[in-house]
Amino acid sequence: MAPIQPQIDTSPKVSDEVRKTTCYMCACRCGINVHLKDGPDGKRKVAYIEGNRDHPVNKGVLCAKGSAGILQHNSPARLRAPLRRTGPRGSGEFEEISWDEALETAVSWLKPIRETAPEKLAFFTGRDQSQSFTSFWAQNFGTQNYAAHGGFCSVNMATAGIYTMGGAFWEFGSPDWEHTKLFMLFGVAEDHDSNPMKMGLGRLKQRGAKVIGVNPIRTGYNAIADEWVGITPGTDGLFILSLVHELLKAGQIDLDYLSRYTNAPVLLNGDDKSPDHGLFLRDDSGKPLVIDRNTGKPAPFDQPGVRPDLAASYRHAGVTHRPVMHLLAERYLDNKYSPEAVETRCGIPAARIRRIAAELAHTAFDDPVILNQPWTDFRGERHEQMIGRPVSFHAMRGVSAHSNGFQTARALHVLQILLGSVETPGGFRFKPPYPKPAEAHPTPHCHSKPNSPLDGPHLGFVQGPEDLALLDDGTPARIDKAFSWENPMSSHGLMHMVISNAHAGDPYKIDTLFLYMANMAWNSSMNPRGVMEMLTDRDENGAYKIPNIIYSDAYSSEMVAYADLILPDTTYLERHDCISLLDRPISEPDAAGDAIRWPVVEPDRDVRGFQSVLCDLGHRLNLPGFINDDGSAAYTDYADYITNHMRKPGIGPLAGFRMGDHGLTHGRGEPNAAQLDSYIAQGGFFTAHVPQEARYFKPWNTAYQDWAVSMGFYETPQPYLFQLYVEPLRKFQLAAEGHGDRQPPDHLRGRMQVTFDPLPIWYPPMSDGHEDPVEYPIHALTQRPMAMYHSWGGQNAWLRQIHGHNPLYLPTNLMTRHDLRDGDWVRVTSSHGEITVPCAHMAALNENTVWTWNAIGKRKGAWALDKDAPEATKGFLLNHLIHELLPPKGDGLRWANSDPITGQAAWFDLRVKIEKSAPPKESQPVFPPQVSPVPPAPRNLRWKIGK
Amino acid sequence: MTDLPASTTRKLGLVIDLDTCVGCQACVISCKGWNTENHGAPLSDQDPYGPDPSGTFLNRVHSYEVQPDTGPAQLIHFPKSCLHCENAPCVTVCPTGASYKRTEDGVVLVNEKDCIGCGLCAWACPYGAREMDAAEGVMKKCTLCVDRIYNENLPEEDRTPACVRTCPSNARHFGDFSDPESQVSQLVRERGGMDIMPEQGTQPVNKYLPPRPRDDWADTSVLAPYLTPVAEEPRGFLGWLDKALDKI
Amino acid sequence: MHPAPSIIAFTTFSGLGFGLLFWLGIDATPPTGWVAFVFFFIGFAMAVGGLAASAKHLGRPERALKAFTQWRSSWLSREACCAVAALVTMGLYAAGLVFAGYDLVPLGWLGAALSLLTVLTTSMIYAQLKTVPRWHSVWTPPLFLSLSLAGGALLSGRVTVAMSLMLIAGALQVWWWYRGDKALGQSGTTLGTATGLGGRGTVRAFEPPHTGSNYLLREMVYVVARRHALKLRIIALVFMVVVPVALLLAPFHHITALLAVLSHVAGVLTARWLFFAEAEHVVGLYYGKR
Repeated sequence: MAPIQPQIDTSPKVSDEVRKTTCYMCACRCGINVHLKDGPDGKRKVAYIEGNRDHPVNKGVLCAKGSAGILQHNSPARLRAPLRRTGPRGSGEFEEISWDEALETAVSWLKPIRETAPEKLAFFTGRDQSQSFTSFWAQNFGTQNYAAHGGFCSVNMATAGIYTMGGAFWEFGSPDWEHTKLFMLFGVAEDHDSNPMKMGLGRLKQRGAKVIGVNPIRTGYNAIADEWVGITPGTDGLFILSLVHELLKAGQIDLDYLSRYTNAPVLLNGDDKSPDHGLFLRDDSGKPLVIDRNTGKPAPFDQPGVRPDLAASYRHAGVTHRPVMHLLAERYLDNKYSPEAVETRCGIPAARIRRIAAELAHTAFDDPVILNQPWTDFRGERHEQMIGRPVSFHAMRGVSAHSNGFQTARALHVLQILLGSVETPGGFRFKPPYPKPAEAHPTPHCHSKPNSPLDGPHLGFVQGPEDLALLDDGTPARIDKAFSWENPMSSHGLMHMVISNAHAGDPYKIDTLFLYMANMAWNSSMNPRGVMEMLTDRDENGAYKIPNIIYSDAYSSEMVAYADLILPDTTYLERHDCISLLDRPISEPDAAGDAIRWPVVEPDRDVRGFQSVLCDLGHRLNLPGFINDDGSAAYTDYADYITNHMRKPGIGPLAGFRMGDHGLTHGRGEPNAAQLDSYIAQGGFFTAHVPQEARYFKPWNTAYQDWAVSMGFYETPQPYLFQLYVEPLRKFQLAAEGHGDRQPPDHLRGRMQVTFDPLPIWYPPMSDGHEDPVEYPIHALTQRPMAMYHSWGGQNAWLRQIHGHNPLYLPTNLMTRHDLRDGDWVRVTSSHGEITVPCAHMAALNENTVWTWNAIGKRKGAWALDKDAPEATKGFLLNHLIHELLPPKGDGLRWANSDPITGQAAWFDLRVKIEKSAPPKESQPVFPPQVSPVPPAPRNLRWKIGK
Repeated sequence: MTDLPASTTRKLGLVIDLDTCVGCQACVISCKGWNTENHGAPLSDQDPYGPDPSGTFLNRVHSYEVQPDTGPAQLIHFPKSCLHCENAPCVTVCPTGASYKRTEDGVVLVNEKDCIGCGLCAWACPYGAREMDAAEGVMKKCTLCVDRIYNENLPEEDRTPACVRTCPSNARHFGDFSDPESQVSQLVRERGGMDIMPEQGTQPVNKYLPPRPRDDWADTSVLAPYLTPVAEEPRGFLGWLDKALDKI
Repeated sequence: MHPAPSIIAFTTFSGLGFGLLFWLGIDATPPTGWVAFVFFFIGFAMAVGGLAASAKHLGRPERALKAFTQWRSSWLSREACCAVAALVTMGLYAAGLVFAGYDLVPLGWLGAALSLLTVLTTSMIYAQLKTVPRWHSVWTPPLFLSLSLAGGALLSGRVTVAMSLMLIAGALQVWWWYRGDKALGQSGTTLGTATGLGGRGTVRAFEPPHTGSNYLLREMVYVVARRHALKLRIIALVFMVVVPVALLLAPFHHITALLAVLSHVAGVLTARWLFFAEAEHVVGLYYGKR
């Protein structure tokens, strides 16, 4: 009998309209198709979100967060109108006010500051994707106190990359997924470039390429790695240098590549009495010199026809000048880097280190990728082929967020370069506008004057002590003390120091703290309790020590309660944004790209996009750049700015669809009133493909350099050498040795001489010198879950079902030693604080490491969650155990818990001890609930727009 | 209709690659989003912002630790949804005929209009593939996105289940297992695709590709020659360097 | 499995009710008039009450009638059909006895058979489930049937029969528990087969797919502590068999008979609670709960 089946509609209408924009559920910036349907009330509403197949970042795929965007957009935690604080700071008591009132309040605080002392405004942004705009605003306001959150994010990785090779990991480059045969991943759980990383790993798996995961924790990407190296936290640098040792000793390095494209042949002053000791020998025009193997004589590195010699030294005026390669060989051939010498410390058997070194050598040199693509280098030499080393690497904050992270990241880049695997087929590739050498970036600017814009961009790359942001008396010019002797190369600023410095009035007091999308009173701070106290602390007159706090956020985050004035932002589907080539674009190795967000739906609340609010504030404050000659507003809103602003002649926030002499053009061109419409019509993004001949060897490839100039990335070709030896570091060492006018304080000299080594070194995490590793024997880490991004995900009904609370994962030996079972509670103590939290067992874990998911824990009352939500009762933050300062060690000083070079917050240096605890009622510590500034959340969800 | 068809014209289903799945949960939420808005009743959530949030999901990703006899423990992410079994016990137990297996493609569906919400089909399923929707009172399950895979309103390349379309690491594949030349059939052949709980006799259509061997730190001797020293001391190294440079 | 009160009440009371109806149906000298009314009323109240309780378990009780359609393949549908057939048949038979004092013997036998068949179908709903190895046994129908017959005999005042049936049911119950405790282990289904990873090493559930609860965990992953279960088993046996048999052995009195009935019912309810609560659904393996 043929069964009768129900007739179902297998071809229903999918939606009434699809609008393409850019996701904002994390930093990945994927393209999304937002499906809209007419709801029962006739209003067009968001019905479904999927990845945009045409988009260069995600090519159609989308992560859990992206698909859950619909509930973020409709979150009950959305702020609804501007708020003025009515209760004490931290209470969460507010009244709703009008935008006019809110903006006038802000102006009444900001105008007097600008007229007298602009530095008294500290403007810092968190998950801001408009940094080229917010910095432009701050620059025109005139305060030097601006940065985003890179300082506690992953600045070590960025800075080490830029100084070493003119580009960094993050999302600014990528393994050559198409050709690589061996991929090593260091310290990456979920991070920037998350979907491309997953897609890339998928491609490697499809081709059967090998993946090695180096991580104390075997989750996520490391779980699918063919081989797992469960390294001891903070020792990656030592492991890498041991690989370097083995490769050098065996001569398994790419000599041709090193001589042509790196400063390995550059000559160094060897006179240890000279103020130039260790600096490059340069010609009169300042070009570093190498010995030309053809002539045996010094020549500028970029001279056509020159064959730089890696071996020869040069004696001149009584001083021996040796190439960088000599120092490098001497340094790393030392047996202190032998696998046997490092195995215990790293927790990796020597045989395995050797095996990995051998495998790198085998893959790089026995199995090269050869593309029959002719190209011409910057010395004018034509190459018939592109020969590449198919080993690639990626690393992020597992390496970065240690106090030795800068040198560790440098070590990894040096390893890549020794193998000849950067910008060659099969290796690591830059995404435009990178490569771009450190010298091509601005230097920091810090000189403010009343009623004037700042003298230049806030952030940049110092080339030596002369570029530090110091006042005439030698004290730090910036409130976060970025670019000061304590952390000279803090290229992203130090947002994590702003509140404690402002609270202490050190180096000076400020008047208004202006924050955007930064949950500093909770998961975005180390030591959240301390930060909460500082934000609410009062002086002898009863006034708050930080007098005014303005905060902009779309959601009822923990930080909201600590502000005096709230400027409610829109959700990401209700706003304009540009993901700009001036900032952090969406490029791929083979294409430059930028993108927009646009209001695919209109807000149903009295909220405004923060960037549009800044345009308005800029006008109200008469900031240059934000007013026309007649005093009228230069930009009606952010969309207007995106379309019409020009940073340099012909260069605006968006590179696509500009107006040329003969119609539409890309890269350089005049503003085009219909530019945003063109973006929308094209799916919300624009890409310009790198010419075929320019795809690899970009820093030295004439075709690429010319293309980059045509795109406006720089004004003239900028070929450069990879910096195995970083001369600016040597300049700081020289200063610490007593050379030069600008001198560090005496207490920093010793540390600078050691840590500012121009060749990568490894030293134990700083905290090891401040607390007893025997008392605190266990490393404690956090990882981002792939389905949750910072605290944002907690308000998302779908995502919080996946991660509603977080156990502390313990390795087998600790579970056994403390007689623990899943669900038992442990008291975790660091030199700074104590938490009591649930634990669970994980076998695939370094035996001296515990870890948990990041930022699941919430404060009661925040994010429109019930006060008994598991995020608040069982969830927790490891942040309570970390301090921005190291414990005192009796020298009368408090040292920062950060990398001495960049100031990167060293939250992965955390060491703890563990004991079993009786189960408390809730995870400890508990903080009193905040009053929620938004109405209670619904009790049930059935989210269907269509019929 | 609780009889199972003797055979189906096509055998549509999924291949899930345990070697590649990073456990990102993308498929879980993409499925939730599509199936909340589309075919049948929305997938509801109870106490969504409260102490005990709980909702209907048609696809969930577990994770398991495997401790081999030697070597470190391995972590394996394990997505699980309806396997559209050929011998689907959830179909035959249904008292109303709401649960059925389509003759044309083998997709197991619930006709929500006929479902009384007795839950017996969920009891009969060994995989936990069915979840009763607390708001609608009917059984929900993976439809293999039956409203996508034939949907003429979607571009042809999008006519795959939402979970497959969204999977960033390419760990999910959709296709017809009755066609030996289909990509899914080939993957199963080449990678040893396996059934889960074969002893339950359900004959699942969906197949799992086992993880490739991990942590093969075995014999290093083949690679040892790559680390033969060129010199033991820096001075010797520089001599080697000079000679080596002559060769390039 | 979640020990849902509605299902426990359903299986217990419909079992007792149909058991009583069975004995009334085959009674060679059935009661008539008011006495018949009282007996049949108790039988119908329990059977119908049990069925009504089971409807509470449904997500969509208003569609319950659809459950009569799939008798060819579904035990649940068969149970519904049998129950209605038994009730209608026994209703007609009862009407004859109550209102006309007339014993329609063939109808009584038919009704009795249908009543037992109903209990059998109920038991088959559970026994058929391969996913619950403890239930998936030829011994599950005898257990249900013996308890139904014992309870029915007790309710209908057949002291000797009730005593022996209760002892049989008790023995079956003990055997069923003994067998059931090994069932999951012997089923061959493990986390290793559930994941296909068993050949690689020892498999352990790491992170669950969700930190909160869900339908599967609430419905199918109920865990009773072993010690707690043992206590409850003893209580069940004592109330279900030992106490009623002891009371029946004592000189007959309506009070002791009533107490025997109440004790037996309490015992069966406890045993039924355990029937569900101890039953391990294999899906629990995925959650590492077995």
